[in-house]
Amino acid sequence: MTTTLNINGKAVSVQAAADTPLLWVLRDELLLTGTKYGCGIAQCGACTVLADGQPIRSCSTPIAALASAKITTIESLGGSSPLQVAWVANDVPQCGYCQSGQLMSATALLAQTPKPTDEQIDAAMSGNICRCGTYQRIKAAIKEASGQTHPKPDMAKSAAKV
Amino acid sequence: MNSFFKTPVLPVPTRRQALGIGATLAGGALLIGCSPNALGKMMSLGAKHDFDAFGPFIKVAADGTVTVVSKHIEFGQGNHAGLAAIAAEEMDADWDKLKVEQAPANAGAYANLGMGVQGTGGSSAISNSWMQLRNAGAAARAMFVQAAATTWGVPAKDISVKDGVVSHVASGKQAHFGELVAAAAKVAPPQKPALKDPKSFTLIGTDRVRRKDSAAKSTGTARFTQDVHLPHMLTAMVAHPPRFGATVASFDASAARKVPGVVDVFQIATGVAVVADNTWAARKGRDAVVVKWDETKAEKRGSDQLRAEFTALAAGKAPADAKLAWKPFDSKGDASMAAGGTAAVETTYDFPYLAHASMEPLDCVAIVDGHSAKLIHGSQIPTVDQLNTAKIVGALPGAIEVETLFAGGSFGRRANFQSDYAAECVHIAKHVGKGRPVKLVWTREDDMAAGYYRPLVHHAVRVTLDKDGFPAAWRQRVVTQSIMKGSPTGMPKFDDTAVEGAKGSPYLKATPIVDAQVILPDAGVPVLWWRSVGATHTAFVMEHTIDQLAKKAGKDPVAYRRVLYAKAGADRRLAVLNLAADKAGWDKPAPAGWTRGVAVHESFGSVVAHVAEVKLVNGEPRVGRVVVAIDCGTAIAPDQVAAQMEGGTCYGLSAALFGKITLKDGQVQERNFDGYRVLRHNEAPTVETYILPSSKPPSGVGEPGVPGIAPAVANALLAMGQPPTTSLPFVKTWGLAALS
Ligand code: FES
Ligand code: FES
Repeated sequence: MTTTLNINGKAVSVQAAADTPLLWVLRDELLLTGTKYGCGIAQCGACTVLADGQPIRSCSTPIAALASAKITTIESLGGSSPLQVAWVANDVPQCGYCQSGQLMSATALLAQTPKPTDEQIDAAMSGNICRCGTYQRIKAAIKEASGQTHPKPDMAKSAAKV
Repeated sequence: MNSFFKTPVLPVPTRRQALGIGATLAGGALLIGCSPNALGKMMSLGAKHDFDAFGPFIKVAADGTVTVVSKHIEFGQGNHAGLAAIAAEEMDADWDKLKVEQAPANAGAYANLGMGVQGTGGSSAISNSWMQLRNAGAAARAMFVQAAATTWGVPAKDISVKDGVVSHVASGKQAHFGELVAAAAKVAPPQKPALKDPKSFTLIGTDRVRRKDSAAKSTGTARFTQDVHLPHMLTAMVAHPPRFGATVASFDASAARKVPGVVDVFQIATGVAVVADNTWAARKGRDAVVVKWDETKAEKRGSDQLRAEFTALAAGKAPADAKLAWKPFDSKGDASMAAGGTAAVETTYDFPYLAHASMEPLDCVAIVDGHSAKLIHGSQIPTVDQLNTAKIVGALPGAIEVETLFAGGSFGRRANFQSDYAAECVHIAKHVGKGRPVKLVWTREDDMAAGYYRPLVHHAVRVTLDKDGFPAAWRQRVVTQSIMKGSPTGMPKFDDTAVEGAKGSPYLKATPIVDAQVILPDAGVPVLWWRSVGATHTAFVMEHTIDQLAKKAGKDPVAYRRVLYAKAGADRRLAVLNLAADKAGWDKPAPAGWTRGVAVHESFGSVVAHVAEVKLVNGEPRVGRVVVAIDCGTAIAPDQVAAQMEGGTCYGLSAALFGKITLKDGQVQERNFDGYRVLRHNEAPTVETYILPSSKPPSGVGEPGVPGIAPAVANALLAMGQPPTTSLPFVKTWGLAALS
């Protein structure tokens, strides 16, 4: 069947069963592969996109539920958003597989809470697993992108020179 | 890792190896086995090597851009940055513009010098490449210098190179690599290129060595196997047996075939495959297949039963299998004395099966056309994947093309002797045939239930103390499954992976009487290396035992270790211990509410000390500040060393706190992140990394950050007055366990 979705500001028609999770429409139909599959049961956050600004798990949201929502994916961030700049500046990614989801959750966080505390970051981000353990750099990058200072004990500046 | 993944030796490459003229030709030969018509444009190897004069590791484009070819997969470790920096340093290339590219499979050009096959593991990417890439970079630099000298008619010795620009100061002449590349390519590579004095390094060891892939990985554009879409590609999923060793008796595909988008359903060796037009159809189709399983040969024991059997063996029960025997891994003095006297510590330790649970569930793309095949995936041992694929399609291994992509983690899981998931994909693609691409997708549940776990392990330890409170006699029994049993080179005489870290421990060296043995019973549960391998349990046993002994002796754990390291001549341990203790403020009280624990372990040539600050929150250990000190020889990319200490600490802590795979009557219980709990943002520590200055060759960093955190936490709990930790994970009642 045909469903019309609003993705990254564009109306797109997709041919897919109504129960198809948004994730597979994004990845397989629209080839927006920045959004990742990690668990399929709303546990890991790798598939996070925004629906009307709110983070949702696209693996567990059928397209039928999204006909009137404005959906934004990692591809819409453009690469020079403050969060992405901070991500690169801090060399946040390791394997990188979780990072699209992390960035979308962080984007939603900053839209709502421009200067989040550590606790607010934990609360907003704990649905996003990173098996590589980039958590402290994610926190640092969110702080940096939101114009807050943060300690950088992890960085090589302190590491190399003992 | 021994044998297959033995410690890298560092031969000085011969001219052909270092510069790879012959190897490039060998790379070209890979094309011969494939059918270009069917595989068409996907043959990335069809591209001509324009600048192969610089060997298999370095390409220089006409605009002067230098590309370093990595023979190692990048799945988070940051090795691409380090490998590129080694070559760039000797070449004096422009680091900011330099690119990194993944090598194709080619055992001749790209073997891991410590393995003999092309592969990434044992934290050896940097260490085995160190001299190889220095030589490659230095040779390329010399060729550019000679080209400039000839072109300008000036002596080569007066020419300097900086950031990819070749200069002759006296004449004011200068040119970038691109302008000289045609001439440089014609220069005969030097037999023995002059290497820099490490004191004059300007890139290696600096903060300038940063990841090259952060932008791609922060925009969703980095390409993983999951992201591969090719014309006419089918997506496959497989119904796997519920128990290890079960096979298909019969199946009913009628419902599956009715799912729109399902193209075919057929039996393969590992189950029933469904191929479909897209992932969701494959998933629905796979879930609709009804399979009757033949479980006559299946492993039906649960993990509790296996643990009980392991425990009985350690306690002295004769093995049921007569061929099974205890093997000593350390023995000194009169063994009977190790069983006598008054034990200061007499305890057992139990470690569960662990899933790697990489963020990207296992996946592979295969294209099979008659006897030719191409694999596209995060291949950790490409030449083994070639070999296993070649067997399935009936080809010469070198004729199998492998395109290695980024992988969303691996932690050892993609380094599989049987190429399990890749071979499964090849079987499916062979059935589909005609060069039609097939992407095999495992769901998280498929991935987690498929085995190849960190083995179940049981240790029994008994230690007596001398009058000064230091170990007098040490008895240890280790029971676990052998990882090396599946090695293509056959089971080694002694499987080091089971005991590495206990074997070679300075504590055993400092103890006059030692009786340490291992036994490796079989079980039907497939096991594999899991980030840091044997050290995942030996570090815990040795380090937590030491703190219990120190406590018995009434001594401070750091001071106690210092004496033992002095006795054993373990200077590197002593140095990282002192550095970590100093940076953590060991001599001062911990912040209110927190208790410190320490652990020191050596693995993959590097020595790491962890000092962790721990408190209990609702009965669960919570780790705050962690100070890590590491001696990894020359740190090529200090910030990536720090990143690996952060990541390794989180990975080790996740398993220590929550990780366990439970089998009930042979069936895996934890199948997704709702049952297999992993560390999340709110539970993550803050890791501070301090690197010991060193002029030694580089050693591992991908794994050595893992082993120490679990015992550091256990030691903090002990210092808090909690009982010794005798089994992991720390948090036992969560998820499934809490429900039952
Ligand atoms: S894939 Fe959707 S939350 Fe994990
Ligand atoms: S960077 Fe690998 S899972 Fe987060």
